Amino acid sequence: MRNFYLIFKKEFKSYFASPVAYVVITMFLILTGYFFYNSLALFSTISFQATMNPMLAKQVGLLNITESVVRPLFGNISIILLLMEPLLTMRLFSEEKKSGTIELLLTYPVTDMGILLGKFFACMAVFIIMIALTILYPLLVIVFGQPEIGPIITGYIGVFLVGASFVSLGIFASSLTENQIIAATVAFGLLLLFWMISFSASLAGQTLGDILSYISLTAHLEGFAKGVIDTTDIVYYLIFISLFLFLTLRILESKKWRG
Amino acid sequence: MIEVDGLTKYYGNYHALKGVTFSVAKGEILGFLGPNGAGKTTTMRILTCFFPPTSGKAKVAGFDVFEEPLEVRKRIGYLPENVPLYKDMIVEDYLAFAAGIKGVESKKVKGIVAKVMDECVLTDVSYKFIGELSKGYRQRVGLAQALVNDPEVLILDEPTIGLDPKQIIEIRKLIKNLAGRRTVILSTHILPEVSMTCHRVVIINDGRVIAVDTPQNLTSRVTGANRFLVKIEGPSQHVIKEIESINGVEKVIKKDTSANGIGEYIIESVKGKDIKKEIAPCVVNKGWALLELRPQEMSLEDIFVKLVTKE
Repeated sequence: MRNFYLIFKKEFKSYFASPVAYVVITMFLILTGYFFYNSLALFSTISFQATMNPMLAKQVGLLNITESVVRPLFGNISIILLLMEPLLTMRLFSEEKKSGTIELLLTYPVTDMGILLGKFFACMAVFIIMIALTILYPLLVIVFGQPEIGPIITGYIGVFLVGASFVSLGIFASSLTENQIIAATVAFGLLLLFWMISFSASLAGQTLGDILSYISLTAHLEGFAKGVIDTTDIVYYLIFISLFLFLTLRILESKKWRG
Repeated sequence: MIEVDGLTKYYGNYHALKGVTFSVAKGEILGFLGPNGAGKTTTMRILTCFFPPTSGKAKVAGFDVFEEPLEVRKRIGYLPENVPLYKDMIVEDYLAFAAGIKGVESKKVKGIVAKVMDECVLTDVSYKFIGELSKGYRQRVGLAQALVNDPEVLILDEPTIGLDPKQIIEIRKLIKNLAGRRTVILSTHILPEVSMTCHRVVIINDGRVIAVDTPQNLTSRVTGANRFLVKIEGPSQHVIKEIESINGVEKVIKKDTSANGIGEYIIESVKGKDIKKEIAPCVVNKGWALLELRPQEMSLEDIFVKLVTKE
């Protein structure tokens, strides 16, 4: 437990000892801010026009701030996280392998599990800071409009779970190689595949289609954005996260039997 | 303290260790000697539980490296070959991290880090990033992190490589001071290092132990004779003849003659015969001048080459 905390602290600090965390967080906020501004500006233009055009105002959902500003916000945050998080996770094991520090780390009296969880939660902490800073956007909406609070809360739960899934897959990719670019590329590729695999669901047969849309990361996010908490979705993300953490653990242990 | 029995290790098809067996007593400094690629680092990595052996047993401080790696790791300090350290950390923070993770109580961490930094002469750089340090300082940080849990066993992989002569002397002094309470294994391919710091030497070549002995015994074992270097002014043919006639002299080898008739010779005597006293009168009686007479020991380099090529 103490070792977990020490590794967590060291990893978390090292994110901020180099410009990595600052750059990633800044770019993330610029992009999400840009998308948020666009949907908000569009909404205010339409609202303005609707005051003069009663027909427009009657259209369902168009003037619902939750539907047209808050919901797209969480979709955008998730996509930008998909692009940014591999950059946070790529160094976690690759850098240690490349610089050889893993040799010392693995000869300290600490379990593989302690190392893995320390690194995982350090990256999670950076990720939580990232999404915590985006709370400003829904706050602005709350101050100037009347959105529903429920979907904002569930939206954040969804983003948290999907972000944690990205981190676990990213760590797995990082444990495979000593090259950070390969780690990031593998993480990008796999995440994008998991993100878009449901696209082919309509082409596949009934059973396969169901499976494909179930294993897609996107499909399980929609409920949260609507304000629905479905245990299926939560279980899906928890399984996704534990699966890749488990695989990473196996990779770490494989040094015992590989030559 | 350390028992190694029949270790073998395969890297894929490559047979790196072919049955390494030796043991180290408590408080001993053991030199681990061998050419590059002989299996020194592999053996050390097995002892530090970085990876397990393919077969064979190794016990450190009574714990098996495969069965109870965490217990072993608690009791060792390890300095890997190229001293991998976190470059983005400050020396003091890094040592505190190492101390914590090696199980030093939270309250004691600060005191122990200060003590170790003092021992390794790091106090001046305690607030520098490790990445900014010179090789010599980094080596000392590496040694400090190995010492920070007050380990019973220290395993140092080429601790003086890449240092300047002054730093080498300092590190050697440091290692010598560590002996007694701790058991030390240090690997090197620099031979004088072994004769200067170690109580016992294990010579390893091509994955096998080819000799285990004290540096002194190794010397006499391989030479088997006493050697002297003499400088004599006189006609070399006669000189050689005359000296060869002394009882106990086995061989006289002419090394060099300078312009003014001074010759350099190496005299080998039969083991156990003291011929020092007889050389001088023999030369003087003939009217030649004896300019120098000193015993010549075979250096570890010679022994090493002799042993390695014999295999």
